[in-house]
Amino acid sequence: MTGVTDIRAQIDALPGLDPRAPLLHVEDLHVEFRTRDGVAKAVNGASFHLSAGETLAILGESGCGKSVTAQAVMGILDTPPAHITNGTVRYRGVDLLGLSEQERRKVRANRIAMIFQDALSALNPVYTVGFQLGELFRKHRGLSRKDAKRRAVESLDQVRIPAAGQRINDYPHQFSGGMRQRVMIAMALALDPEVLIADEPTTALDVTVQAQIMRLLAELQRQRTMGLILITHDMGVVADVADRVSVMYAGKVVEEAPVYDIYGRPAHPYTQALLASIPRLDLKGRPLNVIRGLPPALTDIPSGCAFHPRCGYAREICRQEQPPAYRIAPHRESRCHFIREVLGV
Amino acid sequence: MFRFIVRRLLQMVLTFFGATFLVYALMFAAQSDPIQALVGERPITDSQRAALTERYHLNDSFLQQYWYYVKGLLTGDLGTSLTGRRISDMLADAWPVTLRLSLMAIIFAATIAIVAGVVSGIRRGSIFDNATLFVTLIVLAMPIVVLAPLAQLIFGIKLGWFPPTAGRDATLYQLLLPAAVLASLVVATELRVTRASVAENMRADYVRTARAKALTRSRVIGVHVLRNSLIPVVTLIGVDIGGLMSGAIVTEKVFNIPGVGFNLFRGIRTEDGPLVVGFVSFLVIVFLVVNLLVDLLYAVLDPRIRYE
Amino acid sequence: MSDMNALAAETPAPPSPAGRKSRSLAADAWHDLRRSKIFWAALVIIVVVLLMAIWPSLFTSADPHDCVLSRRHRGASGGAIFGYDYQGCDVYAKTVYGARYSILVGVCSVLLAGVIGLTVGLAAGYFGGWLDALLSRFVDVMLGVPFLLGAIVLGKRLAAEPGNSNGVLAVTLTLGILGWTTGARVMRSSVIEAKNQDYVAAARMVGAGPARLIFRHVLPNAMAPFTVVLTILLGINIASEATLSFLGVGLKGDAVSWGISISEATGYVRVAPGPLIWPSVFLAATVLAFIMLGDAVRDAFDPKLR
Repeated sequence: MTGVTDIRAQIDALPGLDPRAPLLHVEDLHVEFRTRDGVAKAVNGASFHLSAGETLAILGESGCGKSVTAQAVMGILDTPPAHITNGTVRYRGVDLLGLSEQERRKVRANRIAMIFQDALSALNPVYTVGFQLGELFRKHRGLSRKDAKRRAVESLDQVRIPAAGQRINDYPHQFSGGMRQRVMIAMALALDPEVLIADEPTTALDVTVQAQIMRLLAELQRQRTMGLILITHDMGVVADVADRVSVMYAGKVVEEAPVYDIYGRPAHPYTQALLASIPRLDLKGRPLNVIRGLPPALTDIPSGCAFHPRCGYAREICRQEQPPAYRIAPHRESRCHFIREVLGV
Repeated sequence: MFRFIVRRLLQMVLTFFGATFLVYALMFAAQSDPIQALVGERPITDSQRAALTERYHLNDSFLQQYWYYVKGLLTGDLGTSLTGRRISDMLADAWPVTLRLSLMAIIFAATIAIVAGVVSGIRRGSIFDNATLFVTLIVLAMPIVVLAPLAQLIFGIKLGWFPPTAGRDATLYQLLLPAAVLASLVVATELRVTRASVAENMRADYVRTARAKALTRSRVIGVHVLRNSLIPVVTLIGVDIGGLMSGAIVTEKVFNIPGVGFNLFRGIRTEDGPLVVGFVSFLVIVFLVVNLLVDLLYAVLDPRIRYE
Repeated sequence: MSDMNALAAETPAPPSPAGRKSRSLAADAWHDLRRSKIFWAALVIIVVVLLMAIWPSLFTSADPHDCVLSRRHRGASGGAIFGYDYQGCDVYAKTVYGARYSILVGVCSVLLAGVIGLTVGLAAGYFGGWLDALLSRFVDVMLGVPFLLGAIVLGKRLAAEPGNSNGVLAVTLTLGILGWTTGARVMRSSVIEAKNQDYVAAARMVGAGPARLIFRHVLPNAMAPFTVVLTILLGINIASEATLSFLGVGLKGDAVSWGISISEATGYVRVAPGPLIWPSVFLAATVLAFIMLGDAVRDAFDPKLR
């Protein structure tokens, strides 16, 4: 990468790049991990899309493949053991999966960036925050150390870290949890990406700090009209910030809908069950609904509809046939054989 | 950082007294005839006996004896060998060649361990990795008493690639083979720790972040992984100095290098107790000082230690 | 391999953790061990060396003390397949008989170190507090003296004690007294780990006494890593015995030892390399076997280190 001064121009020269094409379009993505103990099918045909300025929440229990999907989009899965066996990931019309690693790196961080759950372990403990931020500007924008440092301070300012000029020389362990997550956000946004993938960005934080971080993210997104993919298992967070929701189960998107529809009229038994398991004040004193059973092991995904062993609607067909995506309304799809029953129509 | 240094210094003072007390106690505590322990089976005259008794304050209580001994150590007075030479003079003569030898060994070992360890750690399970593991296992199992004479026999005498012995004014070339022998004493563990450390750090979350930042693979490994991986290795290199000292005794004997180890070997063989105790005490102090320096280096590498 | 991590985090827990536990850690480890070539190779070497140590006459009919100067440095002939050394002793016979003291010193010193290490580690880990602080500082101090340097001083002193004819007791004591620190550290940390397990806390709450707690709950979990350390220590101590004998603070007199043989042979390598090579090979193989055994057992018990 030496000799690269600014790679923005090179990105625009990527083959097939079309500024009018959808910002991000993932279709039929399959990822499996091949390990000594067998093949784990982490993602089994995930599809979703994202436009500029939009927030898409990917919702699911742990183990449903949402983080792996995100890492596949970023192109930071390790091969081996991870193998992308099928599907496309298009950024403005460019199929990222077909690019060489070198070309891929131009898109990564510059156009599609990611923040991770636990900022303490996601930041390198032995380098200062300024170094870790600055290297983005030095390596991708060809700035000098001095200029990179100035830009790093600006980045920290943007995520409202007080006294950014001094804190730039601190190490990650010297920040509080919330401040550390702000550093992560600053790092992801440093190169002005068009897509930000936030993988459980607030899970490791206190409730009050969670709200602050979510507000900050929403605000930064508005300012930049950036596409935001919010990966979470927290229905509450989804309700606050998301425009659309994709619900994932066993590596598949089982329902996709605008956020109001999801809450008002879930179209998949799994989504229904998820909603029913949220503690509600008006139902205080009654036993909490829980989804019976456990998510399937990725090495042994049930035949047919993967949710059938836990589903109240399940019948023989669910064991045998994978339900297709039924279009219920514009921008609304659900993969359930008994969609009418679920919707009560 | 300042607090770290102060605390580490205090710790070192404690260890110094503890370790020197241990050495002294191992030699003299509950000794039926300390003089005989010093001179072994060699015959001894009454005047020598009186001189030793006075020198080691053998008529005083054990704690007083220890106190005189430490005072001697701190003032650079290590006593007199049974041959009549001052031990500090003998050390002054012997240490330059030993220093050169051990520095070469440390550099050999660290270079090989880090380079091969990093490659192994990145490509775990590869042919290179398995070959390295196999070789380190063999080297690990080679006691220095096997390694030194065999290396001399094979590379010095049979193949003639290196001079089989090195003298007082040994050139770097002459020290090459003994330094390699000495290095192999510690290289295996250093390599294995590097490998394990790199492998562990490659899995760390911050590496995923570095890749998400679209840094090149060489930068991810060379800058992000390496610095973290070296932290345990540096500590180990400090501990290994002790192993090098022990190894130097055999190596210098085999290759006929008149350094500290060689003198110590002769001291043991000629039952020169004062020389043995003096040299061992000196080496223990060097060991402690080197480990202090290594710990400071550790703090430079790892900010979490510095700002504790 | 960051995604193996991701996978581990994403993969749901097995349906019933209790069901997994029925195939215990030890059974799992044994399952792995049986398939390990290194394990079997180590075992074969160890059995052969043990046989040499117990019945040397199984391997040679010659007497290692039957030395005739006129055979000095003569080549291989008849039963003396490795030739003769500088005193005209049968190198093969000496090498076979050399196993005895190596194994004897190694095993006894490891037992001694094991008992000290177990006691100190257990006491420090289980009782904690000032006792732990004191014992841990003491271990730090011991580690402040490089092992062989301490062994030289102690070995020299013990060698001068009356009643020390061939040095076996002195070397065993030296290696035992100085070699327990690693074992103690490992024992201490596994005891602390075991002590903090919920089920141990539960046992304490229902009124199990310290002795019962230690023997029924803490020790069984702490033994695996401790045994690994002792196995590797056995290899190290056999090497150290040879080194001390080489230096002249180990075995002596009429004791037949690989270390002494090597030491004697170094003076004559140019004339006759055989007396140097053979004891070296046997010594290295024995040390290798114990280190390999320890490695294999540790890998079996702790697969994530592989």
